[in-house]
Amino acid sequence: MIKLEPRVERSKSWSYLSPVLAILLTLITGYVVFALLGHDPLNALYTLLVAPIADWYGVTELLVMTTPILLCAYGLALCYKASVWNIGAEGQLLIGGVCASAVAVNFVDSTSAFALPLTLLAGIAGGMLWAGLAAFMKLRLNTNEILVTIMLNYIAVNVLLWAVHGPLKDPHGYNFPESALFGDSTLLPVIFDGTRLHLGLAFALLALCATWVFISKTFVGFQIQVLGLDASAAKMAGYKRAFLIAGVLVISGGLAGLAGAGEVAGPIGQLVPQISPGYGYAAIIVAFLGRLHPLGITLAGLLMGLIYMGGEMAQINIGLPNAIIGIFQGLMLFYLLSCDVLIGYRIKLSLPFKQQKTQLTPIAQES
Amino acid sequence: MDLEVITNILYATIRTGTPLLLVALGEMVCEKSGTLNLGQEGMMLLGAVAGFITMYQCDNLLIGFSVAALVGIMASLVFAFVALNLNASQVAAGLALTIFGTGLSAFLGADYEGKTINALPTLAIAGFEHIPVLGKALFSQDAIVYLSWALVLGAYLFFKHHRAGLAVRAIGENPGVGNNLGLPVMRTRYLAVMFGGALAGIAGAYLSLAYTPLWTQNMTSGRGWIALALVVFASWRIERVMLGAYLFGFASIMHLVAQAFGLAVDSNLLAMLPYGATLIVLIMLSKNKQKLKMYEPMWLGKPWHKGH
Amino acid sequence: MDNKYRLTMQGMTKHYPGCIANDGVTIKIKHGEVHALLGENGAGKSTLMKMLYGVVKPDQGDMFFNGRVMNIKEPADARELGIGMVFQHFSLFETLTVAQNIALALGDLAGHSSSLASRISKTSARYGMPLDPHRLVSTLSTGERQRVEIVRCLLLDIQLLILDEPTSVLTPQEVDALFKTLHSLKKEGCSVLFISHKLHEVIELCDSATILRGGKVSGHCIPKNETSESIARLMVGDSTPISNQTRRARGAGDFLTVNNLSTNAQALFDTPLKNINFAVQQGEIVGIAGVAGNGQEELLKALSGEEIQENSSAIKFKNTVVDALCPLKRRRLGLACVPEDRLGRGAVPDMDLAQNALLTSFDSGLVKNGFLVKQKISQLADKIIKKYKVKTPSNRTHALSLSGGNLQKFIIGREVEQNPQLLVMSHPTWGVDIGAQVAIHEAILTLRDEGCAVLVISEDLDELYKICDRIGAICDGKLSPILDTDCVPLVQLGQWMAGDFNHDLKNNTTQITPQGALA
Repeated sequence: MIKLEPRVERSKSWSYLSPVLAILLTLITGYVVFALLGHDPLNALYTLLVAPIADWYGVTELLVMTTPILLCAYGLALCYKASVWNIGAEGQLLIGGVCASAVAVNFVDSTSAFALPLTLLAGIAGGMLWAGLAAFMKLRLNTNEILVTIMLNYIAVNVLLWAVHGPLKDPHGYNFPESALFGDSTLLPVIFDGTRLHLGLAFALLALCATWVFISKTFVGFQIQVLGLDASAAKMAGYKRAFLIAGVLVISGGLAGLAGAGEVAGPIGQLVPQISPGYGYAAIIVAFLGRLHPLGITLAGLLMGLIYMGGEMAQINIGLPNAIIGIFQGLMLFYLLSCDVLIGYRIKLSLPFKQQKTQLTPIAQES
Repeated sequence: MDLEVITNILYATIRTGTPLLLVALGEMVCEKSGTLNLGQEGMMLLGAVAGFITMYQCDNLLIGFSVAALVGIMASLVFAFVALNLNASQVAAGLALTIFGTGLSAFLGADYEGKTINALPTLAIAGFEHIPVLGKALFSQDAIVYLSWALVLGAYLFFKHHRAGLAVRAIGENPGVGNNLGLPVMRTRYLAVMFGGALAGIAGAYLSLAYTPLWTQNMTSGRGWIALALVVFASWRIERVMLGAYLFGFASIMHLVAQAFGLAVDSNLLAMLPYGATLIVLIMLSKNKQKLKMYEPMWLGKPWHKGH
Repeated sequence: MDNKYRLTMQGMTKHYPGCIANDGVTIKIKHGEVHALLGENGAGKSTLMKMLYGVVKPDQGDMFFNGRVMNIKEPADARELGIGMVFQHFSLFETLTVAQNIALALGDLAGHSSSLASRISKTSARYGMPLDPHRLVSTLSTGERQRVEIVRCLLLDIQLLILDEPTSVLTPQEVDALFKTLHSLKKEGCSVLFISHKLHEVIELCDSATILRGGKVSGHCIPKNETSESIARLMVGDSTPISNQTRRARGAGDFLTVNNLSTNAQALFDTPLKNINFAVQQGEIVGIAGVAGNGQEELLKALSGEEIQENSSAIKFKNTVVDALCPLKRRRLGLACVPEDRLGRGAVPDMDLAQNALLTSFDSGLVKNGFLVKQKISQLADKIIKKYKVKTPSNRTHALSLSGGNLQKFIIGREVEQNPQLLVMSHPTWGVDIGAQVAIHEAILTLRDEGCAVLVISEDLDELYKICDRIGAICDGKLSPILDTDCVPLVQLGQWMAGDFNHDLKNNTTQITPQGALA
């Protein structure tokens, strides 16, 4: 019989080991699944995880894919620390992309130095607005943010479709549902020639540092943590709940919007019906996998980007359906949740003849 | 206004609302026991693909729907183990199930996109289907629609008159107290979760075997999430879930209604309707904080372990 | 084993890692006897009862019921034998009716629902505690909820009724009613095991007593032949000072004034406050007694700022109206607050003591330009730990790991170190061991002597009589007059707690303060 016993203190070592174990278990499962499907499991894992970054171009592609995920994930981590379940990064990203495009199509022939900053700011503003809607509904109208942000995601998808089929459609574009190609003044400069790696990476690094300092070294960051761990203590201490909740939502919305702007002004170069293969949803898993810590998120984000690339490669090279990506993502999250148990609980195997050792429980309150 | 148009709209409303009704009913029972399962989309898609593949392979609707229900149960068991036994965050576990189920169903169904099967036929109740307006809508539906009505009635009676229904509600309020009194907390919650899984599986299969009927990845398009909102809309009261499901069903077929009345509205804008309607409904309901708290199971979504 | 005793527990022993909860405890209860189990918090009473009721397995020891060996694996076995238990924390579902609750608790023994309802009405009336079976538990007062628990036991023919600290949630009048019920039971031959630390009640009610100290039996006695001092000695040993001495003080100058404070019910089960009027002066301790559910929480939240009243000017600190101010701003005006909940609200369970020190002390130089000054935070936490003798390895331990008494000492220390001008506390020493209780009371008295205004809301009447200079009671959202403690006899306070604010003082001739209060 396997029994779970609460630990006296949550195990710090397990909170670092748990994601590692979860990833390991996912890989093992992947190996088994590939073998069962008749593919060479090692080759499949290689294609998935190693082949994508086998050359310099691959590495830059990894960074290109990871940048939007990381931007979203850093913001989501702030929300989750406050126990605000923002599932809407995808929608905020899409709206950010739409808003950025709405500005960029006006600068196609321009050489103004303001074009790019305006474009990016529009994206940030769009994301902030979309998240702000959710904040308004949660704080003023008392609705559950999970359902609200999900509904807003679906609405955002349709807003994007409406935009590319309607107001933002390229008038010279042969009626394809696409916007005009962005001019050079609104494209993110490429860092390394011959690659698609753009300035967005710098924004991601900035966001990494900023959120890290914010959450661990400032008083507002402390308040956010208290709010997430114990809302009644935050209330008693006098922290402004509404301000904190609105703050984390709007910040994460802005970051997601920037991610969306970065995609349309970066690797894609225009607005198209699909600007994100689910980056916003992947960011959720990355945030959890990274333990809501900027460093952990960075590592987890790189892994997630790798899986995206590997999934595409596996589809081309060994005929594995693209959906393998989703399976791996879901599996990782499940394994992570399972391994996390070991942080708060110890596993005890009870054999019939052994004396059971019970965990210490504070006795002083007993009468 | 043509009577036939109204009849057809009612008929379509009920058909469209049926998967919503099934999922909402299943999740409501689950939530009454205090468990919040956000994995509806995943379970529905798994049920849809399982049902379709089964039907394609052996052309038997009963087996198809049964397999779908079973698959839904199995998916819900994974969630139950992680959320109830391992005491992980129910929100995260449900999300994981949605993401995993979406991916797995796409993977399994990859070879079946574009294939066809023999759809679920209508089961007209002799004689009644010719009543004007209501006849087609109420008496000319298929077996699953009738099943959904039977399940609603059964659930209503269960919670009103049976002591086991009382136990479910009690456990949803406070599993610790339930445990002190000797109620089988874990078993009850597991059964509630499994019931939700079964109904989500059948609902998904309804989409691929009756409603569309075909398989494409992500074909549920957020119905699972709308059903979750429906549970809130119905204030966790069984008798209200039908009203909500059919209202949303109606919102989902607005593009057909618009066509019927010759209105030219951008299809993308119309597609936003069900989600926008959900938002509006959520807003209207949640405004009255007190009323909401009165019916929401007090322990919904909160972790509980026997050692507490 | 012969049938001389209804219940015999012999040599009961239970170990937990780090302590021995029960060590060779023997207790014998005769048929039709009311037997007291005495001991202060932490003495082992609760563990002993859990072993009897099948919640916990003993490491050693035997139990006999009516002379026969007991084989208890779970509470259902104890119930089958005829043992009924009413815990301190009730096992009731608020959103269900009385009858539904009892139906769930009794399972198959409940029978059909319609007959159950009438059985509940009849049995409850017969024992002097009438209940309406169709009322929702959420609408019942604490005393009425206890009735549900007792009636639930009475519906099964019990031979032994165990009550764990039953009177801490009752007004003095309700205590009298309970004692009458217990006498009826005794006459019918049912034995009663009365667990308590309230000596005056034990002396009034019980035929015999077993006293536990530190997990062992420290003595047996017949309460009527003893004084409260002698029993208290058995409970705490010879080294701890027992004293009924206390120091009263007079306040000077109002700090907190409350005029016509009325609130609406915010959440579903709240009690609205109705026209509360009182003042707390600097350098005095005011106590408000009352059974839970009469508006104490609402009053505390109105004062702390957790519930804000816009457009109201009922609450003033000195001359500043604070109704619309949040807790942060009230702290800056001199407020400190110790709520009833320690793990959660008072402290964050999953944060360490340093972070918990920061929780409300942020204005004490711990934050500079929005950034945390980690060194100062750590210093403050260490200072609190040392000064208030909080037993913990370091300031890095999580609040969750501390014992109740230690955590409470830390929380109170944190608030007192902010040099408040007004300290509002709710149930400061519930569930706390005697050593910590003494320390906490001393800290409060010292704070008062330095000129702070202190308000204590509590159910523990012994505590209130011990440390408060003026005392009153809250009932159903209304406040009684607040008078000098030494002028308010217990019976008077009891009437106030029951809502009777107009009873004539002159007719009361019973003792002024309850005896047997431990220092």
